[in-house]
Amino acid sequence: MLVPIKWLKEYVDISASTKELANAMTLTGTNVESIKELAKDIDKVVVGRILSINPHPNADKLVVCQVDIGNEVIQIVTGAPNVEEGQLVPVALHGALLPGGVKIKKGKLRGEVSQGMLCSIDELELTELGEIDDGIDGILILDEEYPLGMDIKEALDLDDEVIEFEITSNRPDCLSMVGIAREAAVTLKTSYSLPQIKLSRNIGHTLQEAKVIVEEPDMCPRYCARVVRNVKIGPSPRWMRRRLAAAGVRPINNIVDITNYVMLELGQPMHAFDLDKIQDKTIIVRRAREGEKLVTLDKQERILAEDILVIADTEKAIALAGVMGGYDTEVTPDTCNVILESATFDKGSVRLASKALGLRSEASSRFEKGLDISNAERAIDRAAQLIQELGAGEVVEGKIDVCNGSLEPRVLEVQWKRINALLGIDLEIEDICGILNSLSFKTEVKGDILVVEVPSFRQDVEGMADLAEEVARIYGYDKIPMTLMEGSRSQGTRTREQKLLDTAKRALIAMGLFETVTYSFGSPKVYGKIGFKPEEYHEVVTIANPLGEDQSAMRTTLIPSILDVLARNKSRSIEECKIFEIANIFIPKSIPIEELPIERLTLAIGQYGKGTDFYTLKGQVERLFDVLGILEDVEFAPHSHPSLHPGRTAIVKFEGQELGVLGEVHPKVCENYNLKTKIYLAELNFELMLKMARTEKQYVHLPRYPAIHRDLAIVVSKNVLASNIEKLIRSAGGDLLEKVELFDIYEGSQIPEGHRSLAYSLSYRAADRTLKDEDINPIHDRIVNALVDSFNAQLRE
Amino acid sequence: MREKLDLIQKEALDNIEKAGESNSLEEIRVKYLGKKGQLTQILRGMGKLAPEERPVVGQLANQVRQVIESKLTEKGREIEEIVLAKRLKEESIDVTLPGKKPSLGKLHPLTTVLNQITEIFLGMGFDVAEGPEIELDYYNFEALNIPKNHPARDTQDTFYINENILLRTHTSPTQIRTMEVQEPPIKIIVPGRVYRSDAVDATHSPIFHQIEGLVVDKNITMGDLKGVLDVFAKAIFGPKTRTRFRPHHFPFTEPSAEMDVSCVTCDGQGCRICSNTGWIEILGAGMVHPKVLEYGNIDPNEYTGFAFGMGLDRIVNQIYGIDDIRLLYENDIRFLSQF
Repeated sequence: MLVPIKWLKEYVDISASTKELANAMTLTGTNVESIKELAKDIDKVVVGRILSINPHPNADKLVVCQVDIGNEVIQIVTGAPNVEEGQLVPVALHGALLPGGVKIKKGKLRGEVSQGMLCSIDELELTELGEIDDGIDGILILDEEYPLGMDIKEALDLDDEVIEFEITSNRPDCLSMVGIAREAAVTLKTSYSLPQIKLSRNIGHTLQEAKVIVEEPDMCPRYCARVVRNVKIGPSPRWMRRRLAAAGVRPINNIVDITNYVMLELGQPMHAFDLDKIQDKTIIVRRAREGEKLVTLDKQERILAEDILVIADTEKAIALAGVMGGYDTEVTPDTCNVILESATFDKGSVRLASKALGLRSEASSRFEKGLDISNAERAIDRAAQLIQELGAGEVVEGKIDVCNGSLEPRVLEVQWKRINALLGIDLEIEDICGILNSLSFKTEVKGDILVVEVPSFRQDVEGMADLAEEVARIYGYDKIPMTLMEGSRSQGTRTREQKLLDTAKRALIAMGLFETVTYSFGSPKVYGKIGFKPEEYHEVVTIANPLGEDQSAMRTTLIPSILDVLARNKSRSIEECKIFEIANIFIPKSIPIEELPIERLTLAIGQYGKGTDFYTLKGQVERLFDVLGILEDVEFAPHSHPSLHPGRTAIVKFEGQELGVLGEVHPKVCENYNLKTKIYLAELNFELMLKMARTEKQYVHLPRYPAIHRDLAIVVSKNVLASNIEKLIRSAGGDLLEKVELFDIYEGSQIPEGHRSLAYSLSYRAADRTLKDEDINPIHDRIVNALVDSFNAQLRE
Repeated sequence: MREKLDLIQKEALDNIEKAGESNSLEEIRVKYLGKKGQLTQILRGMGKLAPEERPVVGQLANQVRQVIESKLTEKGREIEEIVLAKRLKEESIDVTLPGKKPSLGKLHPLTTVLNQITEIFLGMGFDVAEGPEIELDYYNFEALNIPKNHPARDTQDTFYINENILLRTHTSPTQIRTMEVQEPPIKIIVPGRVYRSDAVDATHSPIFHQIEGLVVDKNITMGDLKGVLDVFAKAIFGPKTRTRFRPHHFPFTEPSAEMDVSCVTCDGQGCRICSNTGWIEILGAGMVHPKVLEYGNIDPNEYTGFAFGMGLDRIVNQIYGIDDIRLLYENDIRFLSQF
């Protein structure tokens, strides 16, 4: 809501500066977004009278003027075609500033001294402040008398400031000058006054000139109308145009301007129809007929659905109720008779219409918040008064008022001590009533009960908590003492999963990985980019109104996000990048979506650069399982995944359940991301990992007896998996075999084609004695035999 | 004989004195004291002496042996010292060369600051709760006193999945979800991702993070709300931080407030960061609306509560002086490694 200060001062006494007012209003709940000075860029431009005009000796198109600026007469050379002797004009003096950063200096034009410049509307940029550009390319001729030398800003009512208030959706009453004045008066502890409405008597009666039928009383609880005859359409006076423009509404003509002025002043949107264009002079408030068409004021043809409320005549729709008028019944320069509308429309239906048509207006933004039904009558009378005062037409006696809504005030009964209790203060009942009364609430105290009559413009106040807010904001939020409730010194807790998540993240960064945070949605086409065939694409949760198609699918995997980050870093010439993210993926339970999808916390690790390979990635994953206490029970096995290298992919399982995959990214996928390096990537079901984690620790005695170490080197086919060899060694080794460690892998000369040599270090230990060679030899032989039998291994000496 | 022994001693001691390394000392030892050494020879030749001379010469020879041995030991130590000193000197390195740092990743700044904030509230007795990111319209709006067609829905541009399911626009739905399953007293914070259909620019992201707070108990006052949030502000922005509460409107709280903190950059003097106001808006808060308590199956006549919600991303940017929210989601390693 844009509020010109001079206009505001018409209703409320304000001695505070604009800045002080703004600060004070902010603290009582009307937040200030900005303060702007009107015509801020204009300086040293004054009113001057052209005394004489003489031809320029050296230029045909220029004239030399003598201009009286009050305390002196100066000479100005101009090329404007519309100057005449005796006119009052704006004169930019030496050193003047004009909009756009233009500076005026005295100088010579073709040899003649010019001590300033006469200004046009364009040069002063006054059209946006409501000045009428008559299309003549020339100097602004002032049509009223002003003292010579007067600052043009004072003369043209430009010396004003405008505060932009942020009006919250519960306070549509503050979308008006009167509403702001009311708040300002309470804030500054002063008084305010409503405009006095007085109408002089007139001929005829509205009831005989027009008819209003409301077919949908629920959607239109009140409809007031007045007829104005013999309107004289023309511009409204400068003061009105200036106020409208400063408040952000473009002046159009006197009748339309008056309806807009009343809307800004009282908060009640109005509309003026050309009465002679309304069939049977009958206004019908009804629902649109399915597919009914209406051309609105902005010349757009609208096709209407049945649930939209329209204003119609006996034949067709002529306006969108509460949203916008129709083009056909618009007030034009040829209009003779007008019918004014001041109605209350249901907030829900206006909002629905405005949303369905994608059309918002000053009117709809007020109606959709819910307006005061009693304001409609006041507004139409105020408009009639202004028409009389400005001589814009003959107001016909009386008005039509179809009122189906209740004008009964809302009455609340509350235990007033609860107001204090909620706020944590201890006000006397007199103080509480005082504050409420200053806000136009009527109060009566009956012991512990406070009876409050809510003013009609405060439909947002429904109960004790609302009254408490009114009291608190005027008493001052800053005066409420700060306290800490009981129990504020006890310690809160994280859940086991929350603690483990933190532990896991810290373990991952200790391994040199950086945590990333990426968007939860992406393109539905991303599966192709990460190597999936169309039949492998995941079913996704799709956003119905995304920012773009490439941000429309909730992710079902973190792989594309990780690859994006790696690719971005690589493209920025970063040589090494090791990252992880832990975030939710979203898995639909059904398509189409009928219930909330599964949200699964997922871990992805990705990396490229020096020292990264499959086994460092696997080592990181193993270390993480170690931290979570489940390394012993995790198995890795060869696997395939569309995004990964077919020979370098492992699946990770915990007690038979799949936890995820890891591997080298498929070269084709790397190519899709323009990654010319090897990428290693893991994606794991982190939620399951947290569930499986074992955090309870149990001390195991340190060994008391020494271990015996034996090395074992075998040559086996490369097809035999290391994990199977180790499993066999362990099972053949039995309880005394404490540790198996692979310490060397060799392929090459002396090793047959397709084979490799694996060297293990085995440790044997008993808990209760020192082992002897005789104890070990049979076990070791058993292991060797098992390897030979199962894998056709050859022992290396 | 005596002269001969004296001569051996003198010669041996001279040689020892001249020796420069441990090897030559060993040679000397062999030459004089070894099996075929000069002194040994003399002792072996003792048989040829007269019986009365034997003890005298024997004693003398032993004395010579002791002198030589102790000199050998002494010289040996001396040489060792010199050798060690030489080695240590040779081994000296340029300690100003850079160290070999073990590689260490970093938590994302959003996580780091979230952890700090969580610690503050854990210390005041709040538990940490969570809720789904894809949410029912009911929890995100209806139960928070924002019915369909309420104008407050305009200020939260919402991504919809369908008519009833959406991406949560705030962490507030978890207020209702918690009240549904937990009896008061309730004291929780709820961190999480939230979504609004804002086009991306330096200050807007369609995905950002909030931290919700909810307290419900008997006799909770607006003074408690102010007190808790003032403690929080001082803990996260520094002990000199001042807080200011302004009336505001949220459908799910009544009375409602916005909290400003004194600008960290200019200490409240007014600067570019705070648009010359001296204050930075940090969060929205208020007393839980009675209707919201009712939606959570809590009797508003018996219990009161307060709630607050803050934007984590803005706080992170405020703390580190980050001027573009997009940096948080780009994950440039050079950015991430700064925190």
